[in-house]
Amino acid sequence: MEVTSLRFRENARRALRDPQLARALRMVREGFQQRRAQAVANLPEFEELRRIGAGIRDHVLERLDLYLEAFERRAREAGAQIHYALDGAEARRIVLDLLRSRGVSLVTKSKSMVAEEIELAEAIEAEGIRRVETDLGEYIIQLAHEPPSHLIGPAVHMTVERIARLFAEAHGTEPTTDAQELVAQARRVLRQKYLDAEAGITGANFLVAETGSVITVTNEGNAELTQGLPPLHIVVTSIEKLVPTMEDAFTLLRLLARSGTGQEFATYTTVLTGPRREGDLDGPEEMHIVLVDNGRSRMLGSPVRPMLRCIRCSACMNHCPVYLAVGGHAYGWTYVGPMGSVLTPALAGIEQTWPLPEASTFCGRCEEVCPVRIPLPGLMRVWREEAFRRGLPPATQRAGIRLWAFLAKRPRLYRLAFGLAVRTLGLLGRRRGRFSRLPLASGWTSVRDLPAPQGRTFLEQLGRGR
Amino acid sequence: MTRARVGLFATCLVDLWRPVVGFSAIELLERAGYAVEVPAAQTCCGQPAYNVGDREDAADLARRTIALFEPYDHVVAPSGSCAGMLKIHYPQLLAGDSAWAERARAFAGKVHELVSFLVRVAGVERIEETCRARVTYHDSCSGLRELGIRDEPRRLLAGIEGLELVEMREPHLCCGFGGTFCVKYPEISERMVDEKAEDIEGTGADMVLAGDLGCLLNIAGRLARRNSRVQVRHVAEVLAGRLDVPPIGRGEGEG
Repeated sequence: MEVTSLRFRENARRALRDPQLARALRMVREGFQQRRAQAVANLPEFEELRRIGAGIRDHVLERLDLYLEAFERRAREAGAQIHYALDGAEARRIVLDLLRSRGVSLVTKSKSMVAEEIELAEAIEAEGIRRVETDLGEYIIQLAHEPPSHLIGPAVHMTVERIARLFAEAHGTEPTTDAQELVAQARRVLRQKYLDAEAGITGANFLVAETGSVITVTNEGNAELTQGLPPLHIVVTSIEKLVPTMEDAFTLLRLLARSGTGQEFATYTTVLTGPRREGDLDGPEEMHIVLVDNGRSRMLGSPVRPMLRCIRCSACMNHCPVYLAVGGHAYGWTYVGPMGSVLTPALAGIEQTWPLPEASTFCGRCEEVCPVRIPLPGLMRVWREEAFRRGLPPATQRAGIRLWAFLAKRPRLYRLAFGLAVRTLGLLGRRRGRFSRLPLASGWTSVRDLPAPQGRTFLEQLGRGR
Repeated sequence: MTRARVGLFATCLVDLWRPVVGFSAIELLERAGYAVEVPAAQTCCGQPAYNVGDREDAADLARRTIALFEPYDHVVAPSGSCAGMLKIHYPQLLAGDSAWAERARAFAGKVHELVSFLVRVAGVERIEETCRARVTYHDSCSGLRELGIRDEPRRLLAGIEGLELVEMREPHLCCGFGGTFCVKYPEISERMVDEKAEDIEGTGADMVLAGDLGCLLNIAGRLARRNSRVQVRHVAEVLAGRLDVPPIGRGEGEG
């Protein structure tokens, strides 16, 4: 997926003019926020759980090499094959080699953000292999040829009317906005695909070092069918998904479900340890796990390392006023909302993405709801500093702040310059109390009036004896 | 007994835009028994530089502000955002500076936002003032989420004669100011401040109060653009009884 984050402002403007998107985002906001609040209220020890969750993730990140080796050993013992991929290209090559060598012509795929990140779907299709997304949201956006706009609800930006049209066209049915009927249609189509597919690709929510297991979480059961029915199962995931023990994984699963959908636990949680064994009723004959780095080991040694704690719950975006105004596509890459504004620069480079960490008021809601307490605004600031150092924001902006800082360090000059300015504005605005237009202030006055200053500054009045 | 000395950090916005907030702060602190001083060399806490990523200038301003205010027993600012900068962010900003890290930490311990200082430190329980109005209170993001200020302004407002406090649906929601954010992304900011304006108008309040002038200028500016009748003031103005000055964004030519 081409990175269009540099066009964030234009993307956002377009999104703000889309009334259907606004309607869809209102539902995200009301639904997700309310359900999370309820789930948190029902669990008095939630704050304690957050602290423990952050601790588990930090512990893993400090010893990632050890846990990777332990996981690899256990997973191999269970019969899975492990592949390491340094970047997206290597990961795609590994997956395509596997599909080609097994003569695969149809792949089912459950949701994997890492697969999105490395553009696996496009690579599979370029190879002439058919791909069917089995997560309902992913299935919808596959039909629409659109990228996901949310971590756990990839099609949250769509209205039911639009889905009705897409389904009617794809399934050759009468358009219907009955959600039950739409789900039934998708289910009918997908059922046969599960049976026909020669390979299934899934992501992973957690990798358990203690047992070599892969854990996936869904509410539709599609990951089970994707990984359990075809003869070949490929897990495409990233190296930081590790947790030490099964108990740790379940601690994080409790946080994940509550923070994302507000459930106590997801409807389907599958723990898969190796391929089918003698006597097993189902399961793939071969299981391959592709562990993708793609910039993560670089993050480990950088100030944005806490971002690797992320468990992809979506709470940050569900509570972000900026995300809820502009939606996911405005962010211009795979990861969206506050977590995207930190992760995208780390993975795609700050040169391509510097407007993202700028697009925040630092209101702090994201950090407040993050289940693993990632200091998201602080990490956005890290990127702003990097962007500033590299001179990425417009030169006028940079010069403006430098000039202002120059004055702020010289009180006399500062008082002279700003004292005169506010005195003038105070006089001009005395009668009406505000300005609708003002030279050099169009950024402000384009959407709101500028209240006039009172006139003489506080310190000036004090100096003259009130 | 000598009175404890408070250094009032007026904040650049109060200094330049709304001096009455500074005078209200002095009034409230003196009534609570403190000796208030306003160091004349103060300018800005450096947050604009800090937030655009200009760490060097922000650190320079942090060192200036600390040197200027560390002689006082308490440092008080009529803003959650600026107090948060002094209290939370200065120690982070100067953590790598061996000459200043400890000073910044010690300094942070003295810093308070005005209203929370009155309640938590000065022990003020009730303020004798009158304001006949239906009022709603907006929680500024930094005050609420960095400094945990939520009950303090409401408690003091509840004691004001004639004042009826009505809550918004989402008083904790960001107003869309965000410093330079509001001029860099005016369209997104507009959406956010419009939601805030609708929430305010929905309460039927005559007046909206907050503890941060940044939010207040943004909210007042948008309410004015929407031709709203709701008046906008800093919470300190009401607590100090300074209703003689026109509300934010209102001129002498109107109410």
